[in-house]
Amino acid sequence: MAVPIITFENVTKRFGKVVAVDNVSLSVEEGEFFSLLGPSGCGKTTLLRMLAGFEMPTEGRILIDGQDVSNIPPNRRPVNMVFQSYAVFPHMSVAENVAYGLKIEGVPAPERRRRVEEALDLVQLHGLADRKPDQLSGGQRQRVALARALVKRPRVLLLDEPLSALDAKLREQMRTELCTLQEKVGITFMMVTHDQDEALALASRCAVMNRGLLQQVATPNDLYEFPNSRFVADFIGSVNLFEGVLAVDEPDQAVIRSADLAADIYLDHGVTGGRGTTVWAALRPEKIELSKYVEGVGPPVIDDAPAGSNSVRGIIRHEAYLGSESTYEVEIPGGRRLKVLRSNLTRWDQEDFSLGETVWLSWHACSPAVLLS
Amino acid sequence: MEQSWKSARGIFAAALALPLFWLVVFFLFPLGIVWLYSFGENRGLTDIALTGTLSNYLRALEPLYLKIFVKSAGIAALTTGLCLVIGFPVALAITFAPPKAKGWLLMFIMLPFWTNLLIRTYALIAVLRNEGYINQSLRAGWGLANGLATRLGQAPLASFQPVELLHNNFAVVLGLVYVHLPFMVLPLYSALDRLDTSLLEASLDLGAGHLRTLFRIVVPLALPGIASGVLITFIPALGAYLTPDLLGGPDSQMIASVIERQFKRANDWPFGAAMSFLLMYLTFIGIAIQGALSRKSREPG
Repeated sequence: MAVPIITFENVTKRFGKVVAVDNVSLSVEEGEFFSLLGPSGCGKTTLLRMLAGFEMPTEGRILIDGQDVSNIPPNRRPVNMVFQSYAVFPHMSVAENVAYGLKIEGVPAPERRRRVEEALDLVQLHGLADRKPDQLSGGQRQRVALARALVKRPRVLLLDEPLSALDAKLREQMRTELCTLQEKVGITFMMVTHDQDEALALASRCAVMNRGLLQQVATPNDLYEFPNSRFVADFIGSVNLFEGVLAVDEPDQAVIRSADLAADIYLDHGVTGGRGTTVWAALRPEKIELSKYVEGVGPPVIDDAPAGSNSVRGIIRHEAYLGSESTYEVEIPGGRRLKVLRSNLTRWDQEDFSLGETVWLSWHACSPAVLLS
Repeated sequence: MEQSWKSARGIFAAALALPLFWLVVFFLFPLGIVWLYSFGENRGLTDIALTGTLSNYLRALEPLYLKIFVKSAGIAALTTGLCLVIGFPVALAITFAPPKAKGWLLMFIMLPFWTNLLIRTYALIAVLRNEGYINQSLRAGWGLANGLATRLGQAPLASFQPVELLHNNFAVVLGLVYVHLPFMVLPLYSALDRLDTSLLEASLDLGAGHLRTLFRIVVPLALPGIASGVLITFIPALGAYLTPDLLGGPDSQMIASVIERQFKRANDWPFGAAMSFLLMYLTFIGIAIQGALSRKSREPG
């Protein structure tokens, strides 16, 4: 396998007594759109700034293209950054901003002009070359920052919360554009974000961080469906978590018994851990099915779980209609409220669930994710 | 603010009345009288006839006085330049100092303000005069060197001649720089402190070294602060009276001393008034230039 383009080797960063990044090891392959995801203060920005050279690791090494960059100052690293505030130079025109890095490199004027023009075309800013930054919108300023970094042809483009300062509509649009841009230039992107939607939509791989620790590194799909901890399950999307013990643990099936839930959670696969271990079952709202409760009739039949498991009765306590889908909060015996999401598949929904109604909640044997920590 | 002064005229007027009264009676009115005097002629010892003559101004522009005007402007410009060169690194250092140290450093810059100017100037005299601390140290050094020379069998050195540090242009510029440095550092600091540090990081990120970042990013963006620092250093330096009067020699008098002499010893108030107002017109021109510059830098495009 080729040498990873970025490698963090046991990197720790302390600010005084505060540990911002705690023994992180991570490698990123060439051409990836890699995202660092986590709540604010989790150390993701510090990790990015160490890569750019603005912070030095307290311990460990950072390699770019297999080369230790510990002693290389930011102005000689083959990476360029798009800052959260964009940091577009206010006293220079758009073209001067983009040309700044090339001028320092000593690129001759004709080539410089050509490359600046190319970069501005790439981010769709042709015609605005002579504008000053205060005549640009937020989205345009960000494009200047992108062009200014990309024109240097960096090995890795670093993006610090690139979309956080844009309004919702523009954010959506820039998301798609960043994706196509990365495909077009083929440069490795490394993005920091606290917005899980952004990370899931853009990244080919994500690292989830919490309190300086790397929690999980996986594709967006795996992060969502196969989280490795309660933190990741809870941070990515919304989830119903049940603490319980393994009552049955066999190679092809397992049962989790939770004090919060009237029914057993039946799984059609084994769990590493063994009987009696405390585990957590994570059940996503969209994987819970709602059905009408009829007096005297038992729970709906689930084709892959034995009767009596994987379904509970509850009362709808809250309902929110969101257009494409509706969300419900359903109170189950014991008082807990579960989040349930239901797609509005038809325009005249036959089963109109209303507030205060008693319903069945059921799920398939493959739906819950089992978490050991 | 929802409420503008228009909706609360009464309160606004009441708050303004006293300071306005003070300014009019004790500042504008006397200033007006002096301005009128500048168009007058001396009649006897105390009487001044307001004849509307321009002769006072014409006399002030005679080579003898014009030379002092030019010299004053030169000394003030040199002072301002030195303040800028010394003050910029100081302001930069305070800007990037740890937050805890910032307050202390700013206080050290302000500290001289809390001491009377006269006392500070006499302290400088104590340092600079022939028997001052500098010359005493030099004399001690000279004595040591002399002792060393005789011990090594060399001929004894000539007797020590104190270095003339006081009562010359050097002392005046030194004193003016010392007094006016805070006027330069504070506006520079406030301009630099507002600078977005991510701009500096962006410059480094794009390959620029620290020096290039300083001259291509920091200085251009601090230009409004530099302009106001230059102005509020230059104006008081131009009209400085105490410092050149006490530290200067016969050849280093500045315009303020000449004006003072007209009002006191020469008893020629009209001429003194004309020179005062010439100084004021120069100041107005300076402020107008600075205003035009800052307006231009604020204009987009």
